[in-house]
Amino acid sequence: MSTFNSRGVWAIYRFEMHRFRRTVWTGLAVPVITTSLYFVVFGSAIGSRMQEVGGVDYGSFIVPGLIMLSLFNESIFNASFAIHMPRFTGTIYELLSAPLSAFETVLGYVGAAATKAVLVALVILGTANLFVDVEVAHPFLMLLFLLLVAVTFCLFGFIVGIWAKGFEQLQIIPLLIVTPLTFLGGAFYSIDMLPEPWRTITLFNPVVYLINGFRWTFFGTADVAAGVSLLVTAGFMLLCLGVIWWIFRTGYRLKA
Amino acid sequence: MQQADAPPVISIRGLEKAYASGHRALNGVDLDIAPGEIFALLGPNGAGKTTLISIVCGLVTASAGAVTVGGHDIVRDYRRARALIGLVPQELHTDAFEPVRSTVAFSRGLFGRPADPKLIERLLRDLSLWDKRDAQIRELSGGMKRRVMIAKALAHEPRVLFLDEPTAGVDVELRRDMWALVRSLRGTGVTIILTTHYIEEAEEMADRVGVISGGELIVVEETAALMRKLGRKELTLHLAAPLAAVPPELADWNLELADDGRALRYRFDARAERTGVPSLLAGLARAGLSFTDLDTRQSSLEDIFVDLVRERRAA
Ligand SMILES: Nc1ncnc2c1ncn2[C@@H]1O[C@H](COP(=O)(O)OP(=O)(O)OP(=O)(O)O)[C@@H](O)[C@H]1O
Ligand SMILES: [Mg+2]
Repeated sequence: MSTFNSRGVWAIYRFEMHRFRRTVWTGLAVPVITTSLYFVVFGSAIGSRMQEVGGVDYGSFIVPGLIMLSLFNESIFNASFAIHMPRFTGTIYELLSAPLSAFETVLGYVGAAATKAVLVALVILGTANLFVDVEVAHPFLMLLFLLLVAVTFCLFGFIVGIWAKGFEQLQIIPLLIVTPLTFLGGAFYSIDMLPEPWRTITLFNPVVYLINGFRWTFFGTADVAAGVSLLVTAGFMLLCLGVIWWIFRTGYRLKA
Repeated sequence: MQQADAPPVISIRGLEKAYASGHRALNGVDLDIAPGEIFALLGPNGAGKTTLISIVCGLVTASAGAVTVGGHDIVRDYRRARALIGLVPQELHTDAFEPVRSTVAFSRGLFGRPADPKLIERLLRDLSLWDKRDAQIRELSGGMKRRVMIAKALAHEPRVLFLDEPTAGVDVELRRDMWALVRSLRGTGVTIILTTHYIEEAEEMADRVGVISGGELIVVEETAALMRKLGRKELTLHLAAPLAAVPPELADWNLELADDGRALRYRFDARAERTGVPSLLAGLARAGLSFTDLDTRQSSLEDIFVDLVRERRAA
């Protein structure tokens, strides 16, 4: 009976969505307020000095980067918290004793975390629309890219949640690695604005490709080719899947 | 209910566990559990009871050995093996904000079973949780939380139920309810494996008892047979005047002199029809010995382990 335990996946997904629903107002208020603040600071203060980037109004230009920044953080936070919590409270015993494969477990948790992250991203897009004109050149590809990045970073968050020994450690990776890489990865500027050698160095930052791929779906132009962006995203996703596969095979920090 | 000649529902062979710390918690355990029986694992703290259960349920990885549940290997065929098992762990592990009814329904879903609100309702009523069905788990008392964990374990209608120290920190009433539940489950053919520190508990509930100590199963026996071995008492008579030796007229009782001759010790089977106590007291009077005080003591679990281990070494 290696049949897929779809009810088990659904149970986890629903459980997680319930958890989000309990904090839905703070969960949505935070991104709305943060986005508004970014527009006040970047859009008005800086944007008044920088009218256009590559033919795009600066206020509109930062929207994809802003969404990506939130998407990274939301995805990592949701997924890492989701799997860290049962480890912390001990309720993980039930998960480990259930007839669920690693794939099903991850599908339930990452599915729910990614759903929430994408919803938040769309709320941010909506909020941004109140401040600036945002036109999406390739809406379908935009959604696809959103989903792909959300899933990838949720997988990454899942790994963080299993690796972390306490709640403080959950914050470390987003704070020390992801947020800096995002700020340095052209979330709020075009890397073509950088002098050499910084421009070349920046090309080693994988986040550059994620942001630019996403920006391309909005404006049809970006600093790097959309295909390369897609490749980098897919590569990161495969890497995360590999690590998770290893975690479940060895029981790393899950089983004694 | 017990089917002696049916294939075992759980079969454990050569099970070993060395934790990452290097501690050897299990040293080659072999055990067969018959379908429909109530089996008690009796052992002191750190004996390896929880480790054994955790391996069967998939929470801990064995270092060596094999386990099958319902004929399915717990590693290769984990889905089918785990689908048969319900686990109530020793510690209270619950979500805080989940309502009682949805956490139980969640457990059923997790095990791949279709939703069944009627069954959940019956379970909650049986466990006196129906009034609390919409309460968040954090609002419940410890005993109620334990019941919630039992309901969760039973939600997918397991064929085998593990209860790891079900009566630790539980009041008399809940303990009685628990036993009533165990008996009614047994009535539906569910196999139950429970762990305990208390001989009385094992005696009251179990068809068979396995005594585990230091990661080894020292003995596995029918409860009645084991109780004959274990149910020993010790009578100590504190004498008015010390003796140099046991008087010959009292040789029949196999007495031991203790406390520098100031006490006589008599070990007897508390369950035997003739304990020999009245005749011993009469014999004492005939020998002209008077005593100032007497006390009896049930042999403790530790005594029993010592006895059993000694017995096994001698064999
Ligand atoms: N995760 C772990 N890492 C290292 N050692 C462990 C771990 N879990 C248990 N042990 C050790 O293994 C031994 C057996 O523990 P176990 O929990 O199986 O005992 P037990 O019989 O259930 O005891 P109790 O009656 O106290 O519940 C103990 O010495 C314990 O310290
Ligand atoms: Mg234990």
